Amino acid sequence: MRNRLLIGTTLALMAGWLLPVLTRVAAQAPASPAYRAPRTPDGKPNLNGIWQTMNTANWNIEPHPAGPSPARELGAAGAVPAGLGIVDGGEIPYLPAARKKQQENYANRLKLDPEIKCYLPGVPRATYQGMPFQIIQSTKHIMLIHEFAGAVRTIYMTDQTEAPADSWMGWSNGRWEGETLVVDTKGFNDLSWLDRAGNFHSDALHVVERFTPRSAETITYDVTLEDSKVFSRPWKMSMPLYKHVERNAQILEFRCVEFVEDLLYGHLRKQPAK
Amino acid sequence: MRHRTRSFMRGGAVALVLALAATISIAGQTQSAAPAAPKAAPANAAAGKAYKAPRTPDGQPDLQGFWTNSTYVPLERPNGVTKEFYTPAEAEAAIKAAAERESEQTEPGTTADVHYDFSQFGLDRSQSKFAMNLRTSLIVDPADGKIPPVNAQGQKRAQERAAARKSAGGQYDAVENMPIGSRCIIMGGAGPPLQNAGYNANYQIVQSPGYVMILTEMIHDVRIIPLDDRPQPPSQVRQWVGLSRGRWEGDTLVVETTNFNGKNAFRGASENMKVTERFTRTADDAISYKFTVEDPTTWDRSWTADAPLVKTEGPIFEFACHETNYGIANILAGARADEKKVAEQKKGSN
Repeated sequence: MRNRLLIGTTLALMAGWLLPVLTRVAAQAPASPAYRAPRTPDGKPNLNGIWQTMNTANWNIEPHPAGPSPARELGAAGAVPAGLGIVDGGEIPYLPAARKKQQENYANRLKLDPEIKCYLPGVPRATYQGMPFQIIQSTKHIMLIHEFAGAVRTIYMTDQTEAPADSWMGWSNGRWEGETLVVDTKGFNDLSWLDRAGNFHSDALHVVERFTPRSAETITYDVTLEDSKVFSRPWKMSMPLYKHVERNAQILEFRCVEFVEDLLYGHLRKQPAK
Repeated sequence: MRHRTRSFMRGGAVALVLALAATISIAGQTQSAAPAAPKAAPANAAAGKAYKAPRTPDGQPDLQGFWTNSTYVPLERPNGVTKEFYTPAEAEAAIKAAAERESEQTEPGTTADVHYDFSQFGLDRSQSKFAMNLRTSLIVDPADGKIPPVNAQGQKRAQERAAARKSAGGQYDAVENMPIGSRCIIMGGAGPPLQNAGYNANYQIVQSPGYVMILTEMIHDVRIIPLDDRPQPPSQVRQWVGLSRGRWEGDTLVVETTNFNGKNAFRGASENMKVTERFTRTADDAISYKFTVEDPTTWDRSWTADAPLVKTEGPIFEFACHETNYGIANILAGARADEKKVAEQKKGSN
């Protein structure tokens, strides 16, 4: 389908008279139009599975070239792969002061990035942080369980309430809109980041995620972020989620606290007597 | 989170000044303060009735919801107690005594006492729902209610561990020497086996076709249990909480866990420990939970405990422990400051 579109696009650029044809194709093409996901026993689109993104968004959700590792010792192993970005329109619509803060964050990222300290990743960063996550889908609760730091989200499909207090992963209420799981999340603290490039949000963040199955093994993941303290308008990001199909796939332990203790508390170690 | 770290600092010696009063009120009005308790106890009450657990949409017995295993029943039978069950009056007296012991741990007017005052609702288990149980110990096998004696191999390992701790220096010399709960790596309760954490002993169970998930409130610890017949991962893959595989035996969820990394030694066990858990819904508001621990390199026989879960109210809120673990930094910084002071005093007296 995609190839046909690509050919159509090329032809259209070459000959304007093809445009009406292309328009017709495009109108039929949006995100696998007629895909109907298999159902869970309670009749909902089945999102159960272990999912992962395949992009470089965790390095920088905005378009970026390849770059050197922020930690010299890691050389090419720690270098930043290039990415086309996942932000709709390319650039995050920051308020001017917020863009400045993002640049400061970036300059000081080795000291400030919460990921380096094994802190809970926040939303939506947890989704594209690069590690797998599992969806356990039940009628009342849908759980998103991330390998990184064992971060977990409960999506309340019933018994919905406002966030009782601010938190790292926010407070999520969900609903079904046809094939799409729509998750509305508020109640964030202002401590998590959106990526390793210092992109950030405040405690006014409001995230709406849309999980739409597009094939047996892919989900279209669309996100709208709204935060009047940081962004000049709501903006969107989009990416596919890919399902792990290996039979023994499972979320393993990444209890990273012990990996960062020396980094965080090493300076408080008792020094041998002189 | 500071109060959590501090309570662990005191080796679980949580201050419960008001516990006595609270406990008496619970004992006096069990129905209103802990409505599920009488139904949950004792474990033998449910056994006779043919309770049929509700089913999930895919036909599994439904264990879903919010549960607690908070209890005053100790894992091991107290010395001097010889019977398996208390009478209700004796159980109340035992709870009262336990609450009194806990309340003795702070003195009015001390910092610890203030600590209790501001955190009492989170830390005083008598104010939350707890699993009322007439047993004198959670351990039901061996019959004496005690963990079997540690065998020669287990004793040797215990000595080696003690020696390793000693050579690593004092508890406050380095973060690695501090208890793993204080470090926010893992806290009591997550298991397996699920253990009464003392406070926040809450769990959320969610099921989907082929999986049971158990979320432990403490440090948002999640265990995902696959129910298919996939093999256990190779022995090189080891985890703090092991790797679990589950299956349904009738209405009982049987979960076997191995591949522990041995760093969270449960009662002196090694990485060879195997835990078998059995979850059976026995009432709308009760799950029978039994676990058996085996480790031939620690004990010559297995042992089994019966530690029921009762339904509690959700939701479970995010327990971000490590993210604001000021306790660790402050404790270590305090220890370094003390050393500096001592060194300066020494210099001054010379």
